[in-house]
Amino acid sequence: MNGEVAIAASGLATLAGTRVLHRDLALDVQRGEVLALVGGSGSGKTVLLRTLSLLQAPAAGQLTVLGADAAALDAADLRALRGRIGILFQHGALFTGLSVLDNICLPLAEYTTLDPASRRELAMLRVGLAGLPAEAAHKFPGELSGGMIKRAALARALALDPELLFLDEPSAGLDPVTSAGLDELLAGLRELMGLTVVMVTHDLDSIARVSDRVAFLGRGALLAVAPAAQLAASQEPEIRAYFAAAPRDYGGSACRPA
Amino acid sequence: MAAPAPASLVVDPAARVLRAAGEWTACALDGLQVYWRRWPHGGDWTVDTTEVGRLDSAGAWALHRLTQAAEHAGARLDLTGLAPQHAALLELVRARLPPGASRSAPARGWLDAFGRAVVGRVTETGRFLDFVGRLVAEQRRGMRWARLVQEIDAAGVRALPILGLLAFLMGVVITYQAGEPLRAFGANVLVVNLVAVTMLREMGPLLAAIIVAGRTGSAYTAEIGTMRITEELDALRSIGIAPVEMLVIPKLIGLVIALPLLTLYSSAMGIAGGMVVADSLYGVGYRDFLVRLPDTFAPSTFWVGLIKAPVFALIVAMVACHRGFQVGHSAESIGRETTVSVVQSIFLVIVADAVFSVMFQVLGL
Repeated sequence: MNGEVAIAASGLATLAGTRVLHRDLALDVQRGEVLALVGGSGSGKTVLLRTLSLLQAPAAGQLTVLGADAAALDAADLRALRGRIGILFQHGALFTGLSVLDNICLPLAEYTTLDPASRRELAMLRVGLAGLPAEAAHKFPGELSGGMIKRAALARALALDPELLFLDEPSAGLDPVTSAGLDELLAGLRELMGLTVVMVTHDLDSIARVSDRVAFLGRGALLAVAPAAQLAASQEPEIRAYFAAAPRDYGGSACRPA
Repeated sequence: MAAPAPASLVVDPAARVLRAAGEWTACALDGLQVYWRRWPHGGDWTVDTTEVGRLDSAGAWALHRLTQAAEHAGARLDLTGLAPQHAALLELVRARLPPGASRSAPARGWLDAFGRAVVGRVTETGRFLDFVGRLVAEQRRGMRWARLVQEIDAAGVRALPILGLLAFLMGVVITYQAGEPLRAFGANVLVVNLVAVTMLREMGPLLAAIIVAGRTGSAYTAEIGTMRITEELDALRSIGIAPVEMLVIPKLIGLVIALPLLTLYSSAMGIAGGMVVADSLYGVGYRDFLVRLPDTFAPSTFWVGLIKAPVFALIVAMVACHRGFQVGHSAESIGRETTVSVVQSIFLVIVADAVFSVMFQVLGL
């Protein structure tokens, strides 16, 4: 961590329809940090993730992403900024009419002028990085299992080597081995490229393995932002209940790459 | 924000060193492609990477690709000055890059396409028969009356405004076109016969069926297709409800009830349109028009038009529901099947109409 801030939000308010989900929320994400967003169902984790990843405008407040003020971006800047952000959607959101390889090639074709053969090769690297077998690259999303869809979606999110990666429940629906492999990959990429990761997750194992800090959402606000070990020892009843549901060894250190 | 300096290689022939500089990131690699397409330098070189600003996995891949290209040309490339994390990234990329990477999917020839088309047509017929079989044979537990009423409302009642307007305009157009030559013969009053017979026999049923195919048939296909993609059909089966029973039968029966009523309505609106034009342009007043109307057509004309409607309804509903079940796994296939559904049902409706015409001719109706 070099102390730089990847995301700075203050006074943030978000809406779901007309219902206020978060009010006056402040959150800083450091560069190179893995931040886990947790909270009970309906606490607005996904809405917050969508807001931070510029898919949804905040109802109020200041949001700065990778040094750019989200409210002041013009179309060209926004496009350039989106090229530096990767998002893994909860259900993959792969384009069902394109093969996995074409799904990954799409952002490459949009943002680079590499020739098609180079794009394909680079896309195949993403396939390999995400842990997909090479044969899967030519399959269509409809032919893949749930776990493979997740990995293909991760490969697409990584297509442009984003500086900032948003993951919406990356390990939901994955077997423990695959999930651990994914965490290992994230830890590796973070180590090597200074990737910043914001992930919504319910997977306490994954939180223990890769997260530097955990932001706990509840009652329309951030109840706490702290390393997992510290949070697990919190006296806040909601947080206690959450972590007590499945006790884990969070170790002393906040960051333990698997 | 300033655009990053693109990745580059500066040649230093004296020292036989290629100095790498700039940002070696996915978006800045464009200038390097020429190197791995065809390695331009002979002999062994050293690549000095101390000047590289940022290196991501795409940049590491580019480095790997360069050494490969050089090796391919019989040269050797040594990397120096690699920061430890860059070296580790290069290692990771080399380990994870699948072999034979740049192969694209095998291209398909015309023979392949032809074979697929033929097999597709044949199996399609089989699948439609299978669908009809299910419709008839699948176990059912009574009629779902609430669904039936909903379907009649959606397909019938809500179609009234658009169908009424179109039929009215159609009546106006027919009367207007036919009125001119009739007036030349002083036979203005015959527009009543003309518009009544045209609307009742042909235009009324056809117009209603085409509107329903475009409006309701497409909705049926999209609805069932989406439910297929989101696994709602499987969910129905898991609860013990046959999708045919829940979705198809109410639609089918609903449309068979609604379309004859729509046909009556569309004929009536068409005649009303004719009546307005007859009054305003050809001097046939409303009263004359209405008094004359019952004598202009035989009862058979009325029934000939009406009897087609349930058949058209069956065609539209069966084609639309069947296409819905044919939706595959992609969003595109919903669009494709919906198009096919509308085109096929309108086509079949017009074919059926032609068959009816021949049949009625033979029967002398």
